Amino acid sequence: MELSELTPILLQGAWITLKILCLSLPVAGALAFIAGLTRLFAPTPLRQMARVYIEFFRGTSALIQLYWIYFVLPFFGLNLDAMTASVIALGLNIGAYGAEVVRGSVLAVPKGQYEAAVALNFTPWSRLWRIILPQSLINMIPPFGNLAIELMKATSLVSLITIGDLTYKAKTLADATLQVGEIFGLVLLIYFVMAQAMAFLFRWLEARLGRGLDRGGLRS
Amino acid sequence: MTSPIIEFQNVKKQFGELALFENFNFSVEEGEIVSIIGSSGSGKSTLLRILMTLEDIDGGVVRVKGEPLWHMSKGDRLVPADKKHLRKMRNHMGMVFQHFNLFPHMTARRNITEAPMRVKGKSRQEAEREAMDLLALVGLQDKADSYPAQLSGGQKQRVGIARALAMRPEILLLDEITSALDPELVDEVLDVIRNLAKEHSFTMLLVTHEMYFAREISDRVCFFDQGRILEEGPPDKIFVAPEKERTQAFLNAFISA
Repeated sequence: MELSELTPILLQGAWITLKILCLSLPVAGALAFIAGLTRLFAPTPLRQMARVYIEFFRGTSALIQLYWIYFVLPFFGLNLDAMTASVIALGLNIGAYGAEVVRGSVLAVPKGQYEAAVALNFTPWSRLWRIILPQSLINMIPPFGNLAIELMKATSLVSLITIGDLTYKAKTLADATLQVGEIFGLVLLIYFVMAQAMAFLFRWLEARLGRGLDRGGLRS
Repeated sequence: MTSPIIEFQNVKKQFGELALFENFNFSVEEGEIVSIIGSSGSGKSTLLRILMTLEDIDGGVVRVKGEPLWHMSKGDRLVPADKKHLRKMRNHMGMVFQHFNLFPHMTARRNITEAPMRVKGKSRQEAEREAMDLLALVGLQDKADSYPAQLSGGQKQRVGIARALAMRPEILLLDEITSALDPELVDEVLDVIRNLAKEHSFTMLLVTHEMYFAREISDRVCFFDQGRILEEGPPDKIFVAPEKERTQAFLNAFISA
């Protein structure tokens, strides 16, 4: 097959990859904040639960998590379509890493900030929301950017539960045409371009968020 | 005589195994300006931090305006204070920190208005008007829109003072507020405190290494040594004719420095 015939098929797969990425990123982000802040501030039982979640999803294989959600949960009466299962599995997996990023960034805010907030009699909620989180957010962006790229690469796992993503299309095309060099070369390039786009996006976000904070001296 | 505004009764404070205060007693009258001097590790800052509820106590009672700070009355017993009680008591105190601890993501003005708005429920308009008055008081009205990183150390600390004053505390706790400043910036901060001291509208408790300043503005000076007040009295007595050898040695070290 000509390159001009291969490319559109692969781009179809890339579109699916992008879709899964865009759906699971917010899931991962939300879980990261919920689990990260729960682990820091919630009452002990909830804190323990957050900890179990984080350790479990960081400590086991993303592929097996995906298999569980797609192949095993139906035995417990929970049938999810492949797309939903993928979004949930990837969101849970990357969310666990993200929770540690949130936790670390919050802890990295100097203790004096917390003390000043206590001295001014802010409620615990305002302390977190008005004083601590705005300062830690900027520190979360670069590691979040990393995780977003990890998530994008991890989407290739969904090809193993019948979703026609970029990796799946590449494999089927390669099996049919045996043009492994061109196909996998092209696939690498597409993943790379997507990763670059995300890196760019997060750098932009960091610069934008940092604009006020540069003046605020949080970064030099 | 009225009852003291601050009273430490047999207070115990330990850090792990190490006892800092043991049967510690101390009191301050309303409107009094008290300087605390002494070498580091003697418990000076801890005293202020206990009052600001940043450090709890391991025994005894601290009273502020006659009410227990770290306890609540339950019948005729004292039980440990809950968060609500601590929040109520904190309203009496304001603190200025050695390292300023300004909020770096807020302008000078926002640093000052944030707590009156969020904590006291003041309108933005009212809070900003008061903030501008306070900035004028500390000589920084033209820096309202600057972020902390754009200010010098002395300016930062003056904003820190304005921020504490905005909550209208009755007791002002000043924790080595000039120790982190370059020598040439110390005076602009001390001038602000001098003016506040003249009015005598606050009770002030200051931990300081500025001996001349302490002598000038204090009603009473306490020399701290190893978690005890070794010697206290009017500044002229402590600085001119200290009785204890440790006090003499400490002050001599300062004069020769």
